[in-house]
Amino acid sequence: MNAESNLDVEDPQITQIRQSVIALCGNFPGEYWRDLDQKREYPTAFVRALTEAGFLAVLIPEEYGGSGLGLTAAAAVLEEIQRSGCNGAACHAQMYIMGTILRHGSAEQKARWLPRIASGELRLQAFGVSEPSNGTDTLSLKTRAVRQGDHYIVNGQKIWTSRAEHSDLMLLLARTTPKEEAKSRSHGLSVFVVDMQKAVGNGMTIKPIRTMINHSTTQVFFDDMKVPAENLLGEEGQGFKYILTGMNAERVLIGAETIGDARWFIKKAVDYANGRNVFGGPISKNQGIQFPIAKAYAQTEAANLMVQKAARLYEQGKDIGAEANMAKMLAAEASWAAADMCLQTHGGYGFAEEYDVERKLRETRLYQIAPISTNLILSYLAEHVLGMPRSY
Amino acid sequence: MKVLVPVKRVIDYNVKARVKADGSGVDLANVKMSMNPFDEISVEQAVRMKEAGTATEIVIVSIGPAAAQETIRTALAMGGDRGILVKTDQTVEPLAVAKILKIITEQEGADIVILGKQAIDDDSNQTGQMLAALLGRSQATFASEVKIEGGKAEVTREVDGGLQTIRVNLPTVITVDLRLNEPRYASLPNIMKARKKPIDEKTPEDYGVDITPRLKVLKTTEPPVRTAGVKVESVQELVAKLRNEAGVI
Ligand SMILES: Cc1cc2nc3c(=O)[nH]c(=O)nc-3n(C[C@H](O)[C@H](O)[C@H](O)COP(=O)(O)OP(=O)(O)OC[C@H]3O[C@@H](n4cnc5c(N)ncnc54)[C@H](O)[C@@H]3O)c2cc1C
Repeated sequence: MNAESNLDVEDPQITQIRQSVIALCGNFPGEYWRDLDQKREYPTAFVRALTEAGFLAVLIPEEYGGSGLGLTAAAAVLEEIQRSGCNGAACHAQMYIMGTILRHGSAEQKARWLPRIASGELRLQAFGVSEPSNGTDTLSLKTRAVRQGDHYIVNGQKIWTSRAEHSDLMLLLARTTPKEEAKSRSHGLSVFVVDMQKAVGNGMTIKPIRTMINHSTTQVFFDDMKVPAENLLGEEGQGFKYILTGMNAERVLIGAETIGDARWFIKKAVDYANGRNVFGGPISKNQGIQFPIAKAYAQTEAANLMVQKAARLYEQGKDIGAEANMAKMLAAEASWAAADMCLQTHGGYGFAEEYDVERKLRETRLYQIAPISTNLILSYLAEHVLGMPRSY
Repeated sequence: MKVLVPVKRVIDYNVKARVKADGSGVDLANVKMSMNPFDEISVEQAVRMKEAGTATEIVIVSIGPAAAQETIRTALAMGGDRGILVKTDQTVEPLAVAKILKIITEQEGADIVILGKQAIDDDSNQTGQMLAALLGRSQATFASEVKIEGGKAEVTREVDGGLQTIRVNLPTVITVDLRLNEPRYASLPNIMKARKKPIDEKTPEDYGVDITPRLKVLKTTEPPVRTAGVKVESVQELVAKLRNEAGVI
């Protein structure tokens, strides 16, 4: 397939990373994921293998024990995981949440956490932003952190905090200055690194949420939870800004994951269509089968260009607000279109769990909603790129 | 003990090979290429020998186009120490490969050469045997188990009808079969380290080997399409068909 041809022009190191990730993922076939999906269990062995092979430390600078590569390399890792039929959602955040420590942490904080995050000894893959009462309106979040001596006391609740039960540290966004007293609309939120091992049972309670996918997502409750002041990242009150920079990298990486999903669906559909004989020949000889597959392919390749562009610009230090959003939206739409096409191509068999199509379809659907839903991306483009009034 | 591991860049085993329209060969334009899977097993064997303290240095050699450098890098990321790329864009037949490898083996003073039993592109299964003959060394082909002890190698071979265990004197040439081991994937830190390992660039002329092909490809064709089978109701019917229609019993 021609999708392979763009491997030839890319940096050979990235190609090699792809090949190694594909080989690793070969040890985690469909049955592995189906079994976990049924039991709603965490893919511990898979995450361990990725950690030991150093792939989750791809973005951590070499001085802290990572590989110090750019977003393009990280995107390649996640794309190949998804393309192999695996699910990187269990650990993708371990790759990028640490970016907030890297960019805004003090030298001490970096030395304290990053090497152990790079080795996998510490998992920083819980990201506490979303709350039940405010939805996408992050600035209205209610969780409060109040300074008392050398601590902050945190009260409130997060929802959809994925992987909280499989994380040692949480990056927490909480309000430190009441909205009414804040200097500006975006001021007054702060970012903390919470030591979850200490906090659980000491003011932090985690409650799993069962969802349509195996995503280990939870609600987290804070009841007078104490966080040492030395765990505040950067300046108090600047947290929203810090979180936003991290979100751009996250969007590009989620975009790459959905490109991987789309490629998985396309290959799965082509293979099935070529092998399924009805009316005396393979169903793939009908244009009614070919065209949706070809269209999904074209849509995926186009979306991938935006993912790659956003990753490149990020590596050059550019502001990629628009590109990161577009990349995530286009890629998530491409993967969903491919998923729907793949199910249709499989006919009734697509519903059978053993084909993995229905599982992958459920999994890839998430990314039109999280980490940011399509409408909010369109609002962003309308307002910040096209100069129309803010609609919300 | 120094180990030499030759690796070949071939069409990826997952790619469906297509014959060129003029029948002159297999179409390799825009096709994904990878290390010959048997060679991955050779590299793995060498790396395990180094980890066990039997081997001290692993030299990776590839004879092929500039892009074969990436195949060498993959082997270096798995644990090879340095590489030699003998660059040529021509087709190199097994005899020419064996002649080049002979000189490199001698120049390097390699005690063991570990090769794949064949490459999945042309399936020749000749290079290792020719190399052993040219070097005047022992050979242990189709290895599914290798033990190195006291200047000898004990090799279990996969032969028709079972397993055969032989003991050969070092220095030797070993060719590996599929079941010898499960090759590792390179970790990210090792991929990064491999970028810094040295690769010497040579040409066939540097070794004074004439690589002009001695074989002429007359034509290349797709394998015949498999036709549908038949279902038989009973053993008797099967036997009857084998006897009367197929004429094989
Ligand atoms: C499985 C899963 C895992 C998640 N993991 C995490 C995590 O680890 N950490 C975390 O912090 N969050 C996480 N989330 C939360 C996720 O980021 C949010 O669900 C998402 O941002 C949408 O917010 P919401 O659900 O509150 O939707 P709402 O904000 O209530 O929006 C509901 C719908 O209304 C639309 N809408 C809202 N406002 C407007 C507007 N002004 N104009 C037009 N349309 C609008 C939205 O697009 C959406 O379609 C996760 C969610 C899921 C489902």
